[in-house]
Amino acid sequence: MTGKKPVFNPQILNHPPVEQTGVEERTVRFTKRSIKGPSKMQGLHMVLSMIDLTTLEGKDTPGKVSQLCTKALHLHDQIPGLPTVAAICVYPSMVSIAKKALKGSRINVASVATAFPSGQSSLRIKLADTRLAVEAGADEVDMVISRGKFLAGEYAYVFDEIASVKEACGTARLKVILETGELGTLDQVRKASSIAIAAGADFIKTSTGKIQPAATLPVTLVMLETIREHYHKTGKKVGMKPAGGISKSKLALHYLVMVKETLGDAWLDKHWFRFGASSLANDVLMQVAKETMGNYQSPAYFSID
Amino acid sequence: MAKQSRLEVWKTYKNYVGGQFPRTESGRSYAVKNAMGKTIANACQSSRKDVRDGISAARSAWSGWNNRSGFNRGQILYRIAEMLEGRKKQLSDLLVSQGYTAAAANREINRSVDRLIYYAGWCDKYQSLFSTVNPVASAHYNFSVPESMGVVGMLAPANASLLGVVSLIAPCIAGGNTCLILADQEKPLAAISFAEVLHSADVPGGVVNILTGYQQELIDWISSHVDVNAVVCFDQEKADWQKIQENGAGHIKRTFQWNAKQMDTADGQSPYFIMDLQEVKTTWHPIQTIVSKGGAY
Repeated sequence: MTGKKPVFNPQILNHPPVEQTGVEERTVRFTKRSIKGPSKMQGLHMVLSMIDLTTLEGKDTPGKVSQLCTKALHLHDQIPGLPTVAAICVYPSMVSIAKKALKGSRINVASVATAFPSGQSSLRIKLADTRLAVEAGADEVDMVISRGKFLAGEYAYVFDEIASVKEACGTARLKVILETGELGTLDQVRKASSIAIAAGADFIKTSTGKIQPAATLPVTLVMLETIREHYHKTGKKVGMKPAGGISKSKLALHYLVMVKETLGDAWLDKHWFRFGASSLANDVLMQVAKETMGNYQSPAYFSID
Repeated sequence: MAKQSRLEVWKTYKNYVGGQFPRTESGRSYAVKNAMGKTIANACQSSRKDVRDGISAARSAWSGWNNRSGFNRGQILYRIAEMLEGRKKQLSDLLVSQGYTAAAANREINRSVDRLIYYAGWCDKYQSLFSTVNPVASAHYNFSVPESMGVVGMLAPANASLLGVVSLIAPCIAGGNTCLILADQEKPLAAISFAEVLHSADVPGGVVNILTGYQQELIDWISSHVDVNAVVCFDQEKADWQKIQENGAGHIKRTFQWNAKQMDTADGQSPYFIMDLQEVKTTWHPIQTIVSKGGAY
């Protein structure tokens, strides 16, 4: 661990109120861009390269995880020149299996930790959970914030917790899940984003995928704006990961448009932007196949995930 | 002030997709004319994306429809017939506006109702009739059972705007398939109004999807769509039929060309039309030799 553990400064919570109507109107604009032909193909390839292929279920087995890893390595071998996904996202107990299956590839293994998905546990347990993932070889850790504490106004607690988990991560990159579906308003989203960024998050992430609504365009825009402001103030980049509910390529392209028009080309890279998704990959592959072969495709010809 | 003649308000008939009545994604429409060449309505000029949406609606409706008992599918087909009977007047007016005589329109509707009831009866019977127990030379029961194909793309015939559509839909859905139908280009009104009948007759959304538009524009998209398991059409131009077959061959799609004239006769209904849209599955089931194993049942 390098550097000093950051200290909570309540000043970071001072921001002008978020205007919901304005945010919603702005996000509608992103869905109006016409992306066709070669630009669409480029966009679809980019989406594929940014996916965190995810399986986070109680019924996950070693077999399911290695199947998912095989899928990550061979997205659709009939089409040459496809990128691989960015990472596989699993529970801590599955990290070593994923790590082994992906050996020799450039695909990262991300693990959720800190009593995912509710985060209702003690700091001690959460840190142990994080170490479990990191020691098993996780390259990235997806933690959840304590929404209960956050909503009760204990911002310093939430801040310190994130900072401690960051410390426990060592060299692994930390994604902080805000679970925006439970925060209520865009103002709260903005607050939680500021706290996470100040406490040392490498990425901020919308949702666990277990709560509805998960990622939406307005929520993501507010988070992107927070990242932008932080970048202007400090010159430091923070990544963004919308997760949950993004299962269609068209919507994924809308997200890329939003990133480009909010943060610029520098963020259009898997190092700074990810999609947390399980079924998105197949939809993108079907679109790529449709563009390549010229006819509409059937899910029956794509691997089950 | 000079008296103005009233402008006629022509209805734009909408597509039927996934149990809803959306306009075409493309926003286009075309004028539907009567026998005298006068415009009587507008219809959606559907695009390839409407085809795609229709097929995905049909695909998601398929497992639910296919898993219903044959008896229940029969009840629903019977219900369609009942609802059609109740809408005779509307459909008769539409057919007449498109060049039918009143008597011919009446005959066409009656035949359509009868045909629906005919297939309603077949729903829970064709499977037992066409299944076989096959003799095999090992200790197995060997069954062959027809099962639904999945999603069927259909091109309605030109000169039977209602009966033609019913003759397509009924055997298809009786056998547990779901379908996307492209109505006849010149006379689409009865077909698209039949969607209202289906909608009010307990047919789950997406089981039948009806589009209007130009056949020449859409024929390729329907027949080349990989998620369509079979295509049924009528009396196509040689080049079109060849195109449909070639597209189908790309991914083992079944293609059929039925005879439109036959649909207007008693031969236009038969369980063999149901069987066209079935795949036969053969199952091997081991027989336990009860005597030698000491009666382990």
